[in-house]
Amino acid sequence: MKALRNLIDNIKPHFEKGGKFEKLHSTFDAFETLLFVPNTTNKNGVHVRDAMDMKRTMATVVLAMVPALLFGLWNAGYQHFMATGQDPEFWPMVLHGFLKVFPIIVVSYGTGLIIEFIFAQLRGHEVNEGFLVSGMLIPLVLPVDIPLWMVAVATAFAVIIGKEVFGGTGMNIWNPALLARAFLFFAYPAFMSGDTIWISGLTSGEGIVDGFSGATALGAAVTSGNIDKFSLIDSFLGFIPGSIGETSTLAILIGAGILIYTGVGSWRIMLSVFIGGFVMALGFNAIGSTPLMQIPALHHLVLGGFAFGAVFMATDPVSATRTARGKYIYGFLIGVFSIMIRVFNPAYPEGVMLAILLMNTFSPLIDHFVVEGNIKRRLKRASVNA
Amino acid sequence: MENLLNIFVKSIFIENMIFAYFLGMCSYLAVSKTVKTSFGLGVAVIFVLGITVPANYLLENYVLQEGALAWLGEDFANIDLGFLSFIMFIAVIASMVQLVEMIVEKFAPALYTSLGIFLPLIAVNCAILGGSLFMQEREYANIAEASVFGLGSGIGWLLAIVGIAAIREKIRYSDVPAPLRGLGITFIITGLMGIAFMSFMGIQL
Repeated sequence: MKALRNLIDNIKPHFEKGGKFEKLHSTFDAFETLLFVPNTTNKNGVHVRDAMDMKRTMATVVLAMVPALLFGLWNAGYQHFMATGQDPEFWPMVLHGFLKVFPIIVVSYGTGLIIEFIFAQLRGHEVNEGFLVSGMLIPLVLPVDIPLWMVAVATAFAVIIGKEVFGGTGMNIWNPALLARAFLFFAYPAFMSGDTIWISGLTSGEGIVDGFSGATALGAAVTSGNIDKFSLIDSFLGFIPGSIGETSTLAILIGAGILIYTGVGSWRIMLSVFIGGFVMALGFNAIGSTPLMQIPALHHLVLGGFAFGAVFMATDPVSATRTARGKYIYGFLIGVFSIMIRVFNPAYPEGVMLAILLMNTFSPLIDHFVVEGNIKRRLKRASVNA
Repeated sequence: MENLLNIFVKSIFIENMIFAYFLGMCSYLAVSKTVKTSFGLGVAVIFVLGITVPANYLLENYVLQEGALAWLGEDFANIDLGFLSFIMFIAVIASMVQLVEMIVEKFAPALYTSLGIFLPLIAVNCAILGGSLFMQEREYANIAEASVFGLGSGIGWLLAIVGIAAIREKIRYSDVPAPLRGLGITFIITGLMGIAFMSFMGIQL
């Protein structure tokens, strides 16, 4: 540790103003602050005194995603061997999942960080840590069998158009990871929906067991009209096909616990998303005229990306609403719209992602009206007292 | 009743004037700097659309369409004034906009000055004429459907412009790259909002 510190201190002058590699200062700074807690302070903007700086916040989120990721590794293997009719041990499943998922993570981080570093150099600011989270979120919301070049294209789109044009981390309006997913969904619809992409090996047609369908629960509900194959407990634990990280509600809830305990994720948003979804699903149960409307409300919450969206996507502090009251409204509407898009739009059974993007669009507006409302109420109070 | 509700929801979300047809972009891009003014303009657009669409519906069905003049007597039954529809629609729209302008000037002078030239320009806002032409093309069954369609389109337009105004207020302090500041970033935001609104595409009501 000491040697590393010495090494960094030795080469540091080269990257300072006037040094040989002055232009590469932000790259150097990124590595230095990643390894050691920096002893510099903010020179402009807000000055918050807290042990939680941005790197530690982001690291907490990544940590919270680990249960979902680990389960996703195992489930990728489990689904693959189910489809091919084998019954291997625990470790081969994990290994298979690891070999499938790890390249996606590497490509996502690689593409995103290269772009981040280029932008930081060109625009002369520090490399921001925001991508540590986005780079992990992107693989978790993608299907296992996605071609790697698509991951790279989507990541580049999300980082450049979704974030850097707005000025980088903390300034974006939409969640970059969701934009990546939505971009793929609309640009390559044949790859992002259907029966074969959710389980590794199905697209290349490896020996599939007769009568096996790789459709997700929601996809099956649209085509065959029932979700009998996916019991409530299986869906909750996550033994179902789906995007890498989204299947296990249990693993996601562990992540939610970490986020809430450390205060990084907003419990207001998570709670109100679940309430909104539950209320809306109950409403549809009462009407119950199509198979999707008849899915029990509790079951809706554990299917598809609902839990993942509620815990990791909706709570993104940058693209969510900032005001406490706004968070309840925002979360509730996400829940409502998710279930609505699921039920009404057979083309997009995965409505959660689009619902969150939609509410990201309107979160500044919600904040605006909450703040205006506060101003009005206080003015009234002030004038009554006066 | 259910039919009316469907048309209403459809015209607000699924067939949103801005995000599905990109109509009325000029004032949408120009007046969306603050929520307050854009809200005022949005209300004006709702008012104009809500009145001109049913008014033009009456014109279309009782004056302009082939055989629409049958109520005057048998001699008029096969007259087709359809070639006049553009000019008649525009005339109705222009007079309504005049009315709105007078009302706004009288009751909200502050809004009147901040809207500036864009208030009279509602007359040539493509969303307004588009509303009337969609009404003509889709052949709504009765005047209630036409009015609901007009109101819904207006509300959808208001939602779009208020939404982007709030975003633009928020990014005012963002470090947007210099060449993109102003209209450039606004176009990008509009495109991304379009992606978000694509969630409603394909919904069958």
